[in-house]
Amino acid sequence: MLENPENPYAHNPDAASKNPPTQSFAVNLGAGDLIRRSATAELPAPSRQLTPVAKLIDVSKCIGCKACQSACVEWNDTDPTIEENHGVYMNPHDLTPNMFTLMRFSEWVNPDTDNLEWLIRKDGCMHCADPGCLKACPSPGAIVQYSNGIVDFIHENCIGCGYCVKGCPFDIPRISKKDHRAYKCTLCSDRVAVGQGPACAKACPTQAIVFGTKEDMKKHAEGRIADLKSRGFENAGLYDPEGVGGTHVMYVLHHADKPHIYSNLPDHPIISPVVVAWKGVTKTAGLAAMGFAAAVAVLHGLFARANRVTAEDQENARRLLGDGKGGRT
Amino acid sequence: MTAETEKGDAIAPGNPPMVHRYTLSKRINHWVGAVAIIVLLLSGLSMFHPSLFFLSAIFGGGQNARAIHPWFGVILFLSTIVLFFQFWRLNLWRRSDLAWTLHIGTLVAGHEEKMPESGKYNAGQKFVFWAQMLLILALFCTGIMIWDRYFSGMTSIETQRLALISHAICATLVILVLILHVYAGIWVRGSFTAMIRGWVPAAWAWRHHRAWLRALIGKPGPAE
Repeated sequence: MLENPENPYAHNPDAASKNPPTQSFAVNLGAGDLIRRSATAELPAPSRQLTPVAKLIDVSKCIGCKACQSACVEWNDTDPTIEENHGVYMNPHDLTPNMFTLMRFSEWVNPDTDNLEWLIRKDGCMHCADPGCLKACPSPGAIVQYSNGIVDFIHENCIGCGYCVKGCPFDIPRISKKDHRAYKCTLCSDRVAVGQGPACAKACPTQAIVFGTKEDMKKHAEGRIADLKSRGFENAGLYDPEGVGGTHVMYVLHHADKPHIYSNLPDHPIISPVVVAWKGVTKTAGLAAMGFAAAVAVLHGLFARANRVTAEDQENARRLLGDGKGGRT
Repeated sequence: MTAETEKGDAIAPGNPPMVHRYTLSKRINHWVGAVAIIVLLLSGLSMFHPSLFFLSAIFGGGQNARAIHPWFGVILFLSTIVLFFQFWRLNLWRRSDLAWTLHIGTLVAGHEEKMPESGKYNAGQKFVFWAQMLLILALFCTGIMIWDRYFSGMTSIETQRLALISHAICATLVILVLILHVYAGIWVRGSFTAMIRGWVPAAWAWRHHRAWLRALIGKPGPAE
């Protein structure tokens, strides 16, 4: 195990674009680094606190080349289907179990300037500090969160129910029709665990995607936002939504006052109150009601007399039937 | 078949005299539904609460529990449709059921002989019947929406969230009604045998379903 558990190359925003270290590192994301585990009530306290990491996506620097998508496919060894062209640059048509990140293109006419702006957003898991997928997941250990902020799907524990899809405020997880397990961006947890940055950040030719500690990424974003503001984008800002406790994938947006123009990025993402009620009061009250009813039934069964036919009933029935005549209706 | 009785109801004289209560097709369908609902209960509860996830081991793991649950839901739904047509007529609510319901405390205290006479199905059974009909219909509709493998793309995620919470609430209610139903079947001695063999002693019919017994022999009782 490393003395310093954090990514040694994290303190530089362009770390991911540089060549990785050649010395070998111990894998530094283990069971002791979990801060949340799906459907697990009593998780042992993590053995240490890792430095929170973040990926920062500067949409103003993105040229839409999809190198990130290719790198993602390459590193994660997925096999996206070759699809039809739908008349837009976006390809494939949506996130899939084999495509963890997707460039979404939208053409937006700025009402203030009457300029057409081509907005390109790299969609994928936001790695929420309060992950809705993990809250919704019914299978112990199928979704975990590490103390560095990465939310990861542990596929061997996944039962394929699709609850994570309902829990996610960003419509990210996809269930494979082949192996019936959920897939999404891992923030390259396997690369981060050995001191490297995510594959997409490494591949990005304009460094629109950078990776490092969350603190550094926020600082880096400040510089970018100041630059955008100086160039007339007065509403430029950082997308690190509070409603989900902040995210470990953040965007620099030139129009941070209206995230929805970037292919429906939620303005104020929160875990749906329906999901909160379902996994909260419904679950608790439902289990209590069932337990109570079963207990009452058992107690009544133990202490109350059984409702059985008495000698009097037999006599009365005989009298009613009289001569014993029966009849078929 | 009269207003108080249904096809297959008959008295067989003998010692003791017996009454035919449930036809073979009703009994088979009842137990098909019962097996389905038990499988659904165990697999569903494993996904309902983490403390019950261990139940998925009965089916060989969470993947299997998740995969078979909706198929057994289809079996239960089909069985329920058949059951509806087999049982609906004598489960229609009647004015006399109100009096029975108001005396429910007398029944629970163990004095059924002091209860207003009931027909083939008493008000409690009618409640179980209609509650399960409506809840199973709701479970089927919401279940289809969250059957990810085949129907995931057909409704919006927000709709699926509402379907999930409705499914969980309806399932809880079904289980509560099921506990009532199973308990009543055990507490009222002879009920279980009735659903296995189809026959009950006439004295059993006198005690629990007197108006039905009277209708069968064509002698209206004092209350009717």
